[in-house]
Amino acid sequence: MSVQPQPVGGSLMTRSFRALFAIAAVGFVVIFYRFAFGIGAIAAINDGYPWGIWIALDVVTGTALACGGYAVAILVYVLNRGQYHPLVRSALLTSALGYTMAIVAVTVDIGRFWNLWRVPVYFWQWNLDSILLEVALCVAVYTVVLWIEMSPAFFDRWRRSSNPRLRALATTGLPFVERNLVWIVALGMLLPTMHQSSLGAVVLLAGQRLHPLWNTPLLPLLFLVSCLGMGYAAVILESTLASALFHRRFETSMLAGLAGVVLPVQLGFVALRLADIALRGQIGALFAFDLRATLALLEIFLMLAPVALLWSPAARQRRSTLFRAALLLVGAGALYRVDTYLVAFNPGAHWRYFPSLGEMFSSFGMIALEIMAYIVIVKQFPILSGAGTARREEVAV
Amino acid sequence: MRRRTALKGLAAAGAFAAGARPAAASAPLAVPPDAVGLLYDATKCIGCKACVVACTEANGLEPDRSGYGEGRYQAPVALNARTKNIITLYTDPADGSSSFMKMQCMHCVDPACVRACMLGSLKKREHGIVTWRADLCVGCRYCQVACPFNVPKFEYMSAVPKIVKCELCSHRLAEGKIPACAEVCPRGAVIYGKREELLSEARQRLAAQPSRYVPKIYGEHDGGGTQCLYLSHVPFERLGLPSLGTEPAGRVAQTVQHTIYKGFAAPVALYGALAFVMFRNRKASQQGGAE
Repeated sequence: MSVQPQPVGGSLMTRSFRALFAIAAVGFVVIFYRFAFGIGAIAAINDGYPWGIWIALDVVTGTALACGGYAVAILVYVLNRGQYHPLVRSALLTSALGYTMAIVAVTVDIGRFWNLWRVPVYFWQWNLDSILLEVALCVAVYTVVLWIEMSPAFFDRWRRSSNPRLRALATTGLPFVERNLVWIVALGMLLPTMHQSSLGAVVLLAGQRLHPLWNTPLLPLLFLVSCLGMGYAAVILESTLASALFHRRFETSMLAGLAGVVLPVQLGFVALRLADIALRGQIGALFAFDLRATLALLEIFLMLAPVALLWSPAARQRRSTLFRAALLLVGAGALYRVDTYLVAFNPGAHWRYFPSLGEMFSSFGMIALEIMAYIVIVKQFPILSGAGTARREEVAV
Repeated sequence: MRRRTALKGLAAAGAFAAGARPAAASAPLAVPPDAVGLLYDATKCIGCKACVVACTEANGLEPDRSGYGEGRYQAPVALNARTKNIITLYTDPADGSSSFMKMQCMHCVDPACVRACMLGSLKKREHGIVTWRADLCVGCRYCQVACPFNVPKFEYMSAVPKIVKCELCSHRLAEGKIPACAEVCPRGAVIYGKREELLSEARQRLAAQPSRYVPKIYGEHDGGGTQCLYLSHVPFERLGLPSLGTEPAGRVAQTVQHTIYKGFAAPVALYGALAFVMFRNRKASQQGGAE
């Protein structure tokens, strides 16, 4: 019943693709403006709140959403659930694109981007105390690893290319990747374990300027667990949307299986979070009825809501329920991360931050570009499993 | 069976990681033997702001005229990308008593900004002064997130931005001069010297006039100690100096990170375990296929 991945095919210049292009164009005009006149010309970030949504959403939340590849890889390669293998390639593509976009967002965000290349190259200057250095190096290497993991999909097509160079690359590249697959995939699981947890440790350095509800030595573990829930959710969303938009067979039974894995992950997260708050004597702060306490409670509610939705095996087989629960999962993880990076951070009474239109439009632009890249790649290269049309589906089944 | 193999492998990795003993996080840094700094005595300051102007001149900064008086005065309201040193006025809302306050980089003994900085652009260099090197800075602003005193500033309005903060006039020290703020202060409210000498001077003042001061030298131990020290008649927290305890501000983060990554053993063990489990799984599935 399993079907080899195939390119979706079809024309690229659809109406929605042109709409995405327009959003991306607006975003990149804003980004051009930022490079010409400085960050402050378009962004609301300031000396009190040096990190805004470019970091908290595009990078910290974006890479967690891009943990689909990581989360599914754990399931398939470590827990040996081969039945989920058809999800791997498309999950890896979303991950590769998500991490690549995070690097683009970092380049927009950092002020002195022309020095960025020195971070991986100047190893003799590495400050091994810097948690951000570890994250930066891990993210850089992992992005390369993700594209290598993805490369068989490209080689598959290039083997039949009319360009002899691409053909040569494919014929040497494919056996190399296949021979070293275990070492590459293991690296592809080690690196996210490291930097997704370290993303939690990064903000710990803010010390007492981080609100006690979020300020805990457990941040690395909480960030690691939360990226798994978001990763599975991203796979469910991506698969459902791709099936609906490209008229392919729905992968509902596999997604239902993922949803079953989500339950212990989410319950584990909430148990950790509550136990941590209680053990640090901060239960009172959770019921302070101020903005931060309300948001912390909302996080916990959003973490648990999908568990309730997905509790019964029958519910997990319903596409609409799966989709809704996945949206809630993404919302929960995103809120937790944005809260930790922005809401919990308090540099002093007179500092304010709310994302500017410039920050929002540039972020939309980068996301639109990422979706465009996804569409181009799945149409041209063998990524998605499941037959393309109803007729093919009959043949396949 | 196969799943049990997987779990066993991971358990082994976990045990290995746990074996890497916690505790030994990198020790807090000690005061450099040649440490210099400032001693600011809030009871002596008359708020003339000569130090603010002198600092701007000595560091070649564009005066910040945006705060007050339609551009006629250099009147910054806070430290910013054009202001490395500032005098503010604190007035007690209850009894109307007031105090001036000088703020610049504290030159911490164990600075969180230095712990944060990826390539060591910010580093304690000569005399323990925290200085910034342009070619090693990517502008990530992690130093701004890390600094408990909110000191490093960033040129948000520039296409080629720099990190701006007091470097204790290290360029003047190299010429045999002293920091501009201490040089121009008409009341000796801020003085420059070796940290040890400043501490004993502060202790003498506290001993001579105990009723004049809050009985504490801020910076002697706060946040692991700072090279810029404060005396005041108003509780330090009201002047904007946070109660940090005696541990360096970045201590918790460092302990967590160094515990996880001690000797890089845990990542290596996890990598080995992951590869091992995958090889076992693959072999098992190949055998399964052959049967």
